[in-house]
Amino acid sequence: MRHTFVVHVEDKPGVLNRVASLFRRRAFNIESLTVGHTETSGVSRMTIVVDTDANGAKRLEANLYKLVNVLRVTDLTAEAAVVRELTLIRVSADQETRTHIMQLVDTFRAKVVDVAPDSLIIEATGTEEKIDGLMGVLEPYEVLEMVRTGRVAMSRGQQAPVEGPSDETPGEVDDNVSYSV
Amino acid sequence: MDNIRTGAQILWESLVREGVSTVFGYPGGAILPAYDAMLEYPIRHVLVRHEQGATHMADGYARASGEVGVAIATSGPGATNMVTGIATAMLDSSPMVCITGQVGSKLIGSDAFQETDVTGVTLPITKHNYLVSDVDEVAPTIHEAFYVAKSGRPGPVLVDITKDAQQSSTEFVWDDSPVQLPGYRPELRATEAEYQQAVELINGAKRPVIFSGHGVMLSGAMDLVREFAERANIPIAMTLLGIGSVPALHPLNLGMMGMHGEAWVNQAIQEADLLLAFGMRFDDRVTGNLKTYAPNARKIHIDIDPAEFNKNVLVDVALAGDLSAVLADLLPHVERGDRSDWLSAIGVMKGDSAVRDVQNIPDSGHLYAAHVINDIWRMTDGQAVVVTDVGQHQMWEAQYYHHQEPRSLITSGGLGTMGFALPAAIGAKLSRPDAEVWVVVGDGGFQMTMCELATIAQEKVKINVAIINNGYLGMVRQWQEFFYERRYAATPLLSPDFAKLAEAFGLKSAQVSRRQDVEPTIEMARAHEGAVVIDFRVEQEDTVYPMVPAGADLQAMIRRPSPSPIVETADD
Ligand SMILES: Cc1cc2nc3c(=O)[nH]c(=O)nc-3n(C[C@H](O)[C@H](O)[C@H](O)COP(=O)(O)OP(=O)(O)OC[C@H]3O[C@@H](n4cnc5c(N)ncnc54)[C@H](O)[C@@H]3O)c2cc1C
Ligand SMILES: Cc1ncc(C[n+]2csc(CCOP(=O)(O)OP(=O)(O)O)c2C)c(N)n1
Ligand SMILES: [Mg+2]
Repeated sequence: MRHTFVVHVEDKPGVLNRVASLFRRRAFNIESLTVGHTETSGVSRMTIVVDTDANGAKRLEANLYKLVNVLRVTDLTAEAAVVRELTLIRVSADQETRTHIMQLVDTFRAKVVDVAPDSLIIEATGTEEKIDGLMGVLEPYEVLEMVRTGRVAMSRGQQAPVEGPSDETPGEVDDNVSYSV
Repeated sequence: MDNIRTGAQILWESLVREGVSTVFGYPGGAILPAYDAMLEYPIRHVLVRHEQGATHMADGYARASGEVGVAIATSGPGATNMVTGIATAMLDSSPMVCITGQVGSKLIGSDAFQETDVTGVTLPITKHNYLVSDVDEVAPTIHEAFYVAKSGRPGPVLVDITKDAQQSSTEFVWDDSPVQLPGYRPELRATEAEYQQAVELINGAKRPVIFSGHGVMLSGAMDLVREFAERANIPIAMTLLGIGSVPALHPLNLGMMGMHGEAWVNQAIQEADLLLAFGMRFDDRVTGNLKTYAPNARKIHIDIDPAEFNKNVLVDVALAGDLSAVLADLLPHVERGDRSDWLSAIGVMKGDSAVRDVQNIPDSGHLYAAHVINDIWRMTDGQAVVVTDVGQHQMWEAQYYHHQEPRSLITSGGLGTMGFALPAAIGAKLSRPDAEVWVVVGDGGFQMTMCELATIAQEKVKINVAIINNGYLGMVRQWQEFFYERRYAATPLLSPDFAKLAEAFGLKSAQVSRRQDVEPTIEMARAHEGAVVIDFRVEQEDTVYPMVPAGADLQAMIRRPSPSPIVETADD
């Protein structure tokens, strides 16, 4: 089963390497990984998608916590979460097909962000299923190029903020963590 | 601002404040500023002959004392020579700090002379590592490195310091307040529900077995484990690295489990209805075939590292935390138990131990490794610190030296690093100068790091070295005997005359090939004030029994053949 992890890490050199190395070393296969800044300075956020079972996900979480620079790990798989991907698709389009393609783009609530004489660039945001669907309908028009960001995700509702490395408060010992499955 | 120091001085200021008195190292260009500054500080520097030796020494130092061991080397080849020792410490959770010099920060990435990406190379084999290129970061990084190395599940930490960070100056400020790492969670706590579940399983168990692992010593939980076992009358099996956590001669101690554990220990495990794993990680040498492992047993696993839970063996209850803390919480709820049926059933499996005592076997004119080790055990009253290498002799030591004290067996378990013993023993002796230290090493492994004999001579380290010389890479030969139709590819070993070799290093030595000479030679070695190297010429094609072939069912042990030349068991 695919698991989506949100991993908050200290924004320090080499941290991405440490996280990626952990997945490789423990023989987990990363399906997608995105990384970027967060609302807190000094903290980066990764969204990592991995195919593993429930036990594997637990151990992965525990292993991630062993990295000194990892601040928080959340497995969003079972939580209510907003999950999105962004894609840019260059599709071949001439006088004849352009309007048709633009109608499809509308239906998928995507956008045309660049128009050239013989092609279009389409930007779409949504779940992977939606993007797969869009790709499917564009296929007959010849997709020339495509890029997908991989998942980014956020749980719905409130979540406690992640303490930055500069915070004075000591890293609190998580009380009562269950590792039995 | 009168507290101005160079980065090199700050390194030593910091190490001294972390309680370091001894370091093991080897100089070179990129670490020269640190070496120059060292002369101003109260540090004993042990000049090794190979940087691998420095890491094993630091590791042995740590294992014998529980203190963080420190190794130091230059950039490039100096640092890469440390890799084996770092990986060894990593797999066995040994607290160690390695300091390496790095080329100047402006040169990083330019393939400068002796530049290696050491933090990159050691990333997967350290608990954590640092590249320090700013002199202001030296002191806080050293402080943090020691904290990370020894807290939670211990492990090796490497600090790579650029030459310019060693050379430039800043005000030295030592902040010894507790290190605060926002994401680091060295200790966790299980839920109340899990505690309750554990207590119910324990009190309801009819055939429980306690597993006492290395974590017992790392946590200092020896007394608690004993109290637990005695209160509930639960027999104890030890992992190789758990040896010494419970006195070998304690009536509830069954001995070592796993691949070369005694048959009754593995049999008890296979018949148990509850396993209580205390600070051990169900290594594949412990479990054999996971599909048939302890099929009737519920399992409770207590470990400080939750990544160990359900890794190899699925458990019913996982209690995260420091073993001492968890056991202290559990103990009041553990009911006194009788369990005499179970204990006597194991007694039957075990049979008459007198027939197994190698001392009772008549002298057949052959010298067996078991004799040598058993004699060392008797003559040192089981009180010595024994440092073993890897191979057959390592297993015989585990079987025939009955360790009564914690931290008295030092061996490379997880990585199985040949060449570990001699340097690790130097570290062990320097951390515990009052201990009697013996090395038990094979003729193969000895030759991997025997250059450290020169370190022993130069530093006047009093240890005794028993080379179990069987003319083979014995453990590999044994696998070839069992699993490769006795095709001895690359296992016969021609060695120098070890006694003469030791003499060349200025050390006392002896060669023994008859059983009656074993005792007097051990006596001579113990009495001699300097290091002694003894070349024990033992039976060449001797075999370690019993043995669970790798990946086989635990009950499918290859038993001692009957009649065994040295040892018989009741059910042979
Ligand atoms: C030739 C050879 C043969 C071998 N044969 C055998 C054999 O027959 N039997 C055998 O047992 N081994 C054998 N081994 C060794 C084996 O490979 C493992 O190294 C060994 O079983 C590991 O023991 P351990 O799990 O107790 O220790 P470690 O691997 O050191 O694990 C310690 C565990 O304790 C935990 N821990 C650390 N600190 C704490 C704390 N404060 N509180 C709670 N938990 C803590 C750690 O997280 C870890 O999970 C052999 C090795 C070699 C080289
Ligand atoms: C560095 C290293 N290389 C290879 C091995 C594989 N290996 C395990 S035991 C062994 C034989 C050891 O021979 P020796 O030191 O003579 O000890 P013996 O088994 O004969 O007691 C070998 C080669 C290893 N464990 N470590
Ligand atoms: Mg040998």
